[in-house]
Amino acid sequence: MRPIRVLVAKPGLDGHDRGAKVIARALRDAGMEVIYTGLRQTPEQIVAAAIQEDVDVVGMSILSGAHNYLFPRVVELLKEQGVDDVLIVGGGVIPDEDIPGLKKAGVSEIFTPGTTTSNMIEFIKSNLKREL
Amino acid sequence: MELIQRMLAGDKRACARLITTVESNPEEAEKILREIHPYTGRANILGITGPPGAGKSTLTDKIVKKFVDEGKKVGIIAVDPTSPYSGGSILGDRIRMQDLALHPNVFIRSMGTRGYLGGLSKHTKNALKILDAAGYDYIIIETVGVGQSEVDIVKTADSILMVMVPGLGDDIQSIKAGIMEIGDIFVINKSDLFGADRTATEVNMMLDLSSNMDRRPPVVKVTASKNEGIDILKSEIINHLVYLNESGKLNERRKNNMRTEIVELIEAELRKIVISSAASENKLESEVGKIITKEKNIYEVRDEFLKAIREE
Repeated sequence: MRPIRVLVAKPGLDGHDRGAKVIARALRDAGMEVIYTGLRQTPEQIVAAAIQEDVDVVGMSILSGAHNYLFPRVVELLKEQGVDDVLIVGGGVIPDEDIPGLKKAGVSEIFTPGTTTSNMIEFIKSNLKREL
Repeated sequence: MELIQRMLAGDKRACARLITTVESNPEEAEKILREIHPYTGRANILGITGPPGAGKSTLTDKIVKKFVDEGKKVGIIAVDPTSPYSGGSILGDRIRMQDLALHPNVFIRSMGTRGYLGGLSKHTKNALKILDAAGYDYIIIETVGVGQSEVDIVKTADSILMVMVPGLGDDIQSIKAGIMEIGDIFVINKSDLFGADRTATEVNMMLDLSSNMDRRPPVVKVTASKNEGIDILKSEIINHLVYLNESGKLNERRKNNMRTEIVELIEAELRKIVISSAASENKLESEVGKIITKEKNIYEVRDEFLKAIREE
């Protein structure tokens, strides 16, 4: 069985990525191959990397409040490219009232501050959209 | 295979999916590699190696930009280490190549070593063949950050850039065997730091001691983060490729690599036979006991196993 491949991405203008690095590290320790692409990624860059790296999961973290635009945009671009077997999850500073809309837009789960990494790992492992 | 047709037609998604398959499914991998074999052998393969933090990814980014400016297609395989504890990894080389992610003529793929110790992963060579068949003119393999002896890149690439930085040690380090012997081009990166001239001098002194070279590797000082020295480096890369072609060394090198690869493939199959034959009867376990109690020695046991396999 191959390792799960996850793209950890920071879309938008956040200036720091401590949280994303903590997540990347936790997923690494859970046996996953984590592709980390760094700060200030556009949705287009995230989708291009997800395709070239052939990931099972795209995990995005946003602190700056632009999640309602950026998360759905990534989902949309993946769809446009015909990618339908990637699990999309998000996290960061996301108000509770925004979560239903994001899920409706195609983000499978939103992990807000306080979520344990083991919850996230469990969610990813149980909700993959393709065979390993 | 439909995926292969799509990959040959330039579809990046198909290319990516094929790499995943050759990386993790040996049986499927063989089918794919048999089918794409006629399309391989056209790309120039550059290996970029050096210690962790030498600036390999940043340098790769800058070199690739020069190639794509000339209309070339470039594939990149960037290898990072896999955890010996969890089997996971953090593949972070793309951070330094953000501008290239969207370039239509660039394909970047990150790989974990997955327990392989030579500076590459077991499947780097196969991923390389996919990118080669996909029509990339140059394929750049960035090794993991290496120490002194991870030299597998020498069996994989046509040209090897050995990336060094000032301050890693004195001249005695540069005359040791191993990694310092495999560079076709020595790159002193971070040349804006104190000690860069001295590092270049030490490498040159080491090269002065090598008497059996057909071609003296150039030593190029660059500062990749500021894009300084990259033009000169690029012309040295081209010079080396021209030399390889004109001297017949390219064929020689590729034949040597092919020989190694065939032997490795045969070894892997034989290993499977040996393991299954030894394991099938729990014979190995009982023989181990006999060696420990001095009833037999290790070479007798070896010969018995080989005899049994030959008779199968």
